[in-house]
Amino acid sequence: MGARETILNAVAMNKPDLTELPDIDLSLTIQYTDLIQKFIEMVEAAGGKAYYENSRQQLLNDLAEVKAEGKFMINLLDNRDTEGWKNLNAGELESLDTCYLRAGLGVAENGAMWISERQMSNRLLPFICQHLVIVLNQADIVNNMHQAYQQIDAAEEGFGVFIAGPSKTADIEQNLVIGAHGARSLRVYVI
Amino acid sequence: MRAKQHAEAAQEFIRDEARTDWHDETLWFVRAKRDKAVNTLPEWEKLRDWASQIKNHTLSNLDYYLKSFEEKAISNGIVVHWASDAEDHNRIIHKIIADNKIDKIVKSKSMLTEECHLNEYLQNKGIQILDTDLGEYIVQLRKESPSHIVLPAIHLKRQDVSETFHEHLNTEKGNNDPQYLAGSARHHLRERFIESDLAITGVNFAIAESGSFVVCTNEGNADMGVHSAGIHIACMGIEKLIPKTEHLGVFLRLLARSATGQPITTYSSHFNKPRPGQQMHVVIVDNGRSRQLGRADFRNSLKCIRCAACFNTCPVYRRSGGHSYHSTVAGPIGSILNPNLDMEANSDLPFASTLCGSCSNVCPVKIDIHEQLWKWRQVIVANGYVDKGKKAGMQGMAWVLSNPKVYRMAGKIGRWIMRIFPFILNNSLNVWYKQREMPRAPEKSFRDWFKENK
Repeated sequence: MGARETILNAVAMNKPDLTELPDIDLSLTIQYTDLIQKFIEMVEAAGGKAYYENSRQQLLNDLAEVKAEGKFMINLLDNRDTEGWKNLNAGELESLDTCYLRAGLGVAENGAMWISERQMSNRLLPFICQHLVIVLNQADIVNNMHQAYQQIDAAEEGFGVFIAGPSKTADIEQNLVIGAHGARSLRVYVI
Repeated sequence: MRAKQHAEAAQEFIRDEARTDWHDETLWFVRAKRDKAVNTLPEWEKLRDWASQIKNHTLSNLDYYLKSFEEKAISNGIVVHWASDAEDHNRIIHKIIADNKIDKIVKSKSMLTEECHLNEYLQNKGIQILDTDLGEYIVQLRKESPSHIVLPAIHLKRQDVSETFHEHLNTEKGNNDPQYLAGSARHHLRERFIESDLAITGVNFAIAESGSFVVCTNEGNADMGVHSAGIHIACMGIEKLIPKTEHLGVFLRLLARSATGQPITTYSSHFNKPRPGQQMHVVIVDNGRSRQLGRADFRNSLKCIRCAACFNTCPVYRRSGGHSYHSTVAGPIGSILNPNLDMEANSDLPFASTLCGSCSNVCPVKIDIHEQLWKWRQVIVANGYVDKGKKAGMQGMAWVLSNPKVYRMAGKIGRWIMRIFPFILNNSLNVWYKQREMPRAPEKSFRDWFKENK
């Protein structure tokens, strides 16, 4: 008998009597009066920088500034040249400075944003870039994670991720250090 | 070789009083952050109820959910492996490495691979794995094991990290700045991510209805490894399953708040299918879990989501350090999981507790940890895994306490000795005298006082 059967038989024999799944009453979960304000507060608490007032213009300025610096940047905001980035490997993306992409949804309770595989084009992009810039429609902000999973289809594509803030670690004496292995900074434009 | 018992190892840990105080306060600080995060949600207790009920339900139908997960994962292009024990788990991973002729391997945090001693197993076959979580990287360089499942290097001070990095990464001697040290590790590990051929991760949650799994990190190391490498191996215990995607809403809200006081980890990555050209493997491991499922008093320890809130709140953990538990999973939850793996070797652990119950109160999935500690003590004594002195002492005490006349006489003698010949008790043979004074004995017992004053 293989390990699979051994395990499944042992589990079937040892499991307790069937219990019910709970009814999850979402009306009991937190709702915020000002979703956008709460979302921005939580993005910043997670170490990101959020732009809301005049954010379209600020985003254009951001793009222009990074372009002027002449560093390697990838802009996935206008859905044009996404194919070209799809098959680049880690070595080819190592020097990526800034990556611009769209999130499908933002969560007010924790500042997290859902980015599907289609939105990131290449699974490495949100992680390997030094600076990540995410653009989110203000209408796509929900209260909490329960609502988030109602809105997205997390299993629809091959991969997807909730990102809240830049990468971080507190593994040395609980001192917060921003910029562990993923992006060193996160800018969020709520438009 | 028998590992040092918890009390002996703890005695060594607390020798450095300043460091012990620092350890205690730092973990309490994490616990306080947890409270702050929890108090922002009026529905917190409801979330704990839901999480507990979802996990109970999953355990009560686990064979069905395992099969469902496997079927969906296979149809998503994931290769599913089953491992009865640690040896199986290690062999399966070694075979994947050998078949693909791999030598550059990165691993993000997985307590299961620690439990199975994967690193040593592969090292004995000449294969080196690089741990990429910063805390795990530090302890790996120092040839130590993690002392905490969420904060692996919490037993170390910045000076220790600085010395280790100076030796291995050639960082500036005496530069103790965490920003500088973490930056140096980032720089060094980036190269290793980029050249890696295979990445190993743990699994936080596996979803039965979709065959997907979720990995949570703050550092982004799991994603850097997995999306760079051509092969991804994810290792999970059978208890990681949840029935539906929507249940992630409950668990992701609980996990990081309980662990570090963050409302969510930086990255919550959802893996459904390998990317084109990539191999994705999932190794489903039992290693004693199905046996624990059959122990009615202890099965709900399998609900654990490894947040370590019980570590941070535990007065014994905070003042004895993770290594004193001589196990991969330390702290209160480790003390109820480890006796299932090896009752004799871990017979000391359920006694490393004051039974104060704080662990059960913070547990996000409502495991009755302190009650299980108490129940394990009984099982361990019944199986004879308790030292003779303690057993005789307990039997003597039971006799005294169940005979009122003997009890009153013993009290009288005890009070008299403590007053007239204190040195009989105040010496190094009496463990109660260690590091503390004996109390002043009263003239008479409460019973006598009550009889006179009622």
